[in-house]
Amino acid sequence: MSTDRRLYFIRAMYEGLRDAMREDKTVVVIGEDVDRSIIGATRGLIEEFGPERVRNTPISEATFVGACIGASAAGLRPVVDLMVGSFFYVAMDQVANQAAKLPYMSGGQVSLPIVYFTATGPSGSAAAQHSENPHPMLMNVAGLKIVMPSSPCDAKGLMISAIRDPNPVIYLQDAVLGGTRGPVPEEPYSIPIGEAEVKREGEDVTVVAIGALVNRALKVAGEMERDGISVEVVDPRTLVPMDKKTILDSVRKTGRLVVCDNARMTCSAASEIAAFVSEEAFDSLKTAPRRVAWEDVPVPFSPVLEKRVLVDEEKIRAAVESTLATRTRA
Amino acid sequence: MLRLMLRIRRFEEKLAELFKRGKLPGFVHLYIGEEAVAVGACSALREDDRITSTHRGHGHVIAKGADVSRMMAELLGKEAGYCRGKGGSMHTVDFSLGIMGTNGIVGGGIPIAVGSAWGDRQLGRDTVTVSFFGDGASNQGVFFEGMNLAAIWKLPVIFLCENNGYTEWTPTEKLTAGRISDRGVPFGIPSVQVDGNDVISVHEAVSEAVGRARAGEGPSLIEARTYRWHGHNEGEEAFSGPYRPEEEIEEWKGKDPITTFAARLVEQGVFAREEIERVDAEEKERIEDAVRFAVESAYPDPEEALMHLFYDERPRLQQEVNR
Ligand SMILES: Cc1ncc(C[n+]2csc(CCOP(=O)(O)OP(=O)(O)O)c2C)c(N)n1
Repeated sequence: MSTDRRLYFIRAMYEGLRDAMREDKTVVVIGEDVDRSIIGATRGLIEEFGPERVRNTPISEATFVGACIGASAAGLRPVVDLMVGSFFYVAMDQVANQAAKLPYMSGGQVSLPIVYFTATGPSGSAAAQHSENPHPMLMNVAGLKIVMPSSPCDAKGLMISAIRDPNPVIYLQDAVLGGTRGPVPEEPYSIPIGEAEVKREGEDVTVVAIGALVNRALKVAGEMERDGISVEVVDPRTLVPMDKKTILDSVRKTGRLVVCDNARMTCSAASEIAAFVSEEAFDSLKTAPRRVAWEDVPVPFSPVLEKRVLVDEEKIRAAVESTLATRTRA
Repeated sequence: MLRLMLRIRRFEEKLAELFKRGKLPGFVHLYIGEEAVAVGACSALREDDRITSTHRGHGHVIAKGADVSRMMAELLGKEAGYCRGKGGSMHTVDFSLGIMGTNGIVGGGIPIAVGSAWGDRQLGRDTVTVSFFGDGASNQGVFFEGMNLAAIWKLPVIFLCENNGYTEWTPTEKLTAGRISDRGVPFGIPSVQVDGNDVISVHEAVSEAVGRARAGEGPSLIEARTYRWHGHNEGEEAFSGPYRPEEEIEEWKGKDPITTFAARLVEQGVFAREEIERVDAEEKERIEDAVRFAVESAYPDPEEALMHLFYDERPRLQQEVNR
């Protein structure tokens, strides 16, 4: 999709929401202060669609997250702005016990077309309760699709796909990406859920990066090219269901894997990816996969402490170099 | 109404028997003694109205029109069950009858009911949703959040609290402050307490609430006082020890919602005693048929465990995507 039009990530999300609302009258947007919108993705929707379809909720995450189950079963397509990723924890009964399980428990009787979206992840000294990325926990729930776009173009296309999907979809917008810009086509379009994208082709090492780490990995890849190292960067875009094939194909070509996840190491998406690659493409691996993820502590406030815990370009580069330095298997 | 109460009673008695004989997988919570609440409430509803239910939900589901054979098959984990054996007692669902599910999480159905009412209202329907929940659930945050949301959005939802005097094995008054029916007052929600063993009282209170809800006047709260004859779950004796006085149980059995209602109907000359006995015999037979049907039904193919995770995908497809 080529276009000269460059948009901010947040505006791309807005356009996805707006186009889906134009396309289908049953799409409604709810959340705390969604008429004004602190993050910005819903700002302006109320002028076009009115207060019936753009509703401010009380600060009752469990209840409005759960209300979407009943409402979607009744025929609405609710889209929820949860504002900050950590707020999922407040609503987890309704997310994990109810929304994710009802279609399965009912033997496939019901479709629940709901989107839960939120800004998420570290945004710079936001400290422990506003820096979480809940995707590792949500990936383990079963019954939730999870998307995490890394570019404005993907942000719009995945929003439209998420809203059209007949299942609960979690849409995570890495907070630091909100102000990034990139080409975004004017017309409505969809990016299929469950399709990864090779963001840069390379021969020596596969770097799988998630969310905000995609841009960082691309930067590292660009720098390493000057040293004669060819890095392939794969963005899963969807974490559930994961496009294993694209990742495995890449590893089969390069023989080396580094996975960068914007989340704590233990049970991270990086761990899951490293595990299935080890199981399914072991013979192609020249060396052990490396994971680059956060230290297993809450995200601290002070910039120096935060830097120690989170993933940055240095850590990605070091991991790539270590896969090249270690002795390869015969 | 009498027929439905009898159907629930005989269904539950059969489950108690099957449980004792080790024929039921898992565990069950029986509704015996509380039948007037479910039947009084659901008889005030239309078929397109909806309910959310609880872990003690067979009565609600039967009162809303569920087929006892498919329920029994579900309880035995059979393919012919409502959820193809995936749900069981605490996750029985029939969307075509407005049954949005029994629920294994205490209070879990409340937000879903509020949302169902929101969805119907926004789509221009005049349907209402009743959320059944227990006295124990009335201490969950979502109850208060749900009342608030329903009140500000004027949603056609009825919060129906079945106060059976116990939260598991602890008397309600030890865990629950004040009167549950008073809890709607600060939200401006019309709230009443009714005799939950009197099917007519429940029916009238729910009808009034339904009238308000259909007219766009918003939610109501009803607390129905009742009592469960059986344990919190079948087989509780193994660990619970005695926790309620025998006299209390006997006293409530004396207020049996079914015999008192039947006596009233006979007294008023609506039915002859023999007619009631005939109805009861028919319902017993219906339950025997249900057991036969369920026992003879096949178990699902184990591969079905991998199906229905997502609405639009079959499991094989899912695996192909992953490969
Ligand atoms: C969130 C949650 N907490 C605890 C339980 C365990 N539990 C199951 S039933 C029950 C008591 C519920 O009491 P009440 O709401 O009064 O309903 P009743 O059993 O009396 O019908 C409890 C604590 C549960 N299923 N869900």
